[in-house]
Amino acid sequence: MALEELTAYALVEKLAAGEVSSVEATEACLRRIERLEPEVAAFMTVTAEVALSQAREVDDRRARGEPVPAVAGVPIAIKDVLCTKGIRTTCSSRILENFIPPYDATAVARCREAGLPMLGKTNMDEFAMGSSTENSAFMVTRNPKALDRVPGGSSGGSAAAVAAHEAFWALGSDTGGSIRQPAALCGIVGLKPTYGRVSRFGLIAYASSLDQVGPLTKDVRDAALLLGVIAGRDPRDDTSADLPVPDYLAQLDRGVEGLRAGLPTQLLGQGIEPAVRERVLAAVDRLASLGLAVEEVQMPNIDYSLPVYYIIAPAEAASNLARYDGVRYGHRTCQPVSDIYDLFAKTRAEGFGPEVRLRIMLGTYALSAGYYDAYYLKALKVRTLIKRDFDRAFENYDVLLSPTSPTPAFRIGERAGDPLQMKLADICTIPVNLAGIPAISVPCGEVDGLPVGLQIMGRPFEEHLILRVAYAFEQSR
Amino acid sequence: MALITREEVLHVANLARLALTEDEVNRLQYELGRILEYFQQLQQLDTGDVPTTSHVLPMVNVLREDTVGESLPQSDVLANAPDQVEGFFRVPRIIEE
Repeated sequence: MALEELTAYALVEKLAAGEVSSVEATEACLRRIERLEPEVAAFMTVTAEVALSQAREVDDRRARGEPVPAVAGVPIAIKDVLCTKGIRTTCSSRILENFIPPYDATAVARCREAGLPMLGKTNMDEFAMGSSTENSAFMVTRNPKALDRVPGGSSGGSAAAVAAHEAFWALGSDTGGSIRQPAALCGIVGLKPTYGRVSRFGLIAYASSLDQVGPLTKDVRDAALLLGVIAGRDPRDDTSADLPVPDYLAQLDRGVEGLRAGLPTQLLGQGIEPAVRERVLAAVDRLASLGLAVEEVQMPNIDYSLPVYYIIAPAEAASNLARYDGVRYGHRTCQPVSDIYDLFAKTRAEGFGPEVRLRIMLGTYALSAGYYDAYYLKALKVRTLIKRDFDRAFENYDVLLSPTSPTPAFRIGERAGDPLQMKLADICTIPVNLAGIPAISVPCGEVDGLPVGLQIMGRPFEEHLILRVAYAFEQSR
Repeated sequence: MALITREEVLHVANLARLALTEDEVNRLQYELGRILEYFQQLQQLDTGDVPTTSHVLPMVNVLREDTVGESLPQSDVLANAPDQVEGFFRVPRIIEE
């Protein structure tokens, strides 16, 4: 097995034992990136010198016998939605094409402090709006498992980088499934933490009540490891929870006996491709044979998750993206303008892609006078109903199981035309963001060579439980 | 049935400060119309006395001590400016004569 094909944990062991250096691991990734990028195109920006310099520093500290963080030296890729000081951060949008943040996102800073060499910034759907990474203004990322297929989105670049072994692990963001769905489509692990578990400071905002930063990794243990690096209260994010961070590895191998799982009927219905349903139910059977008690559960309101999300997220996005006005940073129109409003209108028309403009329009409409009650307020009330369905389910079940994605990876260009078609990709993942709970996607088989993911959902701040169930499943295969 | 009129599209575009071409106005009218039609299903639900959830965590008014902390230096703040002069961001005229 090539060095870059190891898991992060296996590399941690080799680094600690002195069998390999961080520079060697980083160079292995960089060589892989150079070889595969013409096909995969996962990276917007590769930061080879930065990565090597960080790797060298870790190696030097180890050589001097200084204590280093356990994970120090394992190279990582960062979704281009997270601010990286001094390094171009674009959100795969022309409006931020040359934006260089003056600060690190907290999640990025924590990775840096942990000694993780940063390989580069990965491609995404523009401003995290999309489920295929096709909405990137710059390039198309291809699924390493099948190059004519999408890697999923919006963290498609991060998922592809990990699946192609260009990086040992990666950070992504998830607002409606953007970590979990690409993980499922690329055959890797992706975890969306509880809302508030990881700081959003420096995460370029899409929908502030839904966004979360999380890990994309080769296996479950790596996800537990990386989550531990980035989780925790941050005074610079008032929505980050003031709760201690457990050792996510500690209970990983406790098994599933004694745990109860619910299977929401609404997430196994008509919208799910039969072959996907088959793989997922087979996975559920296997978990049952390991001692997990499984039962179907009715959650009638989650059928309304899609319209609720597509009102709330665009509404919040319309507000968050108002800052891109060509005044202080980012693109400014070069066309002659009659006044400041003309400056805004032309700048934004030029800088934003079609999907972003559509969602801003949708959100603005839903919030505007005369429509606010019928759409935005209504959606917030239905969100309560959806959250209550989860609260009720979690009274009787420790975890909930479902497919991550209704289909395996679709062909590049296949869903481009219809505004609604693409969004159906998110029916299993969106309810999780609306409720703010944690969820992990773990590979559970293939359909015609294309990966399928099992989604495991948990109570708020019970990441250790979903990791434990995911680990038991993964180890049993 | 056009759920959204052309006038409404133009009004929303103005609120959102987005310049639209004629083609885009037509396409958005169609796409928004389709999506708004899809939203009608929410009207099926009785949410009379259901409270809103705008935020999932039970937190209110996160405060801190009123002490001076770190700020970005002005040079950092201006570094990405499309047009700056003497420490200001320069823009076209805002206030009418």
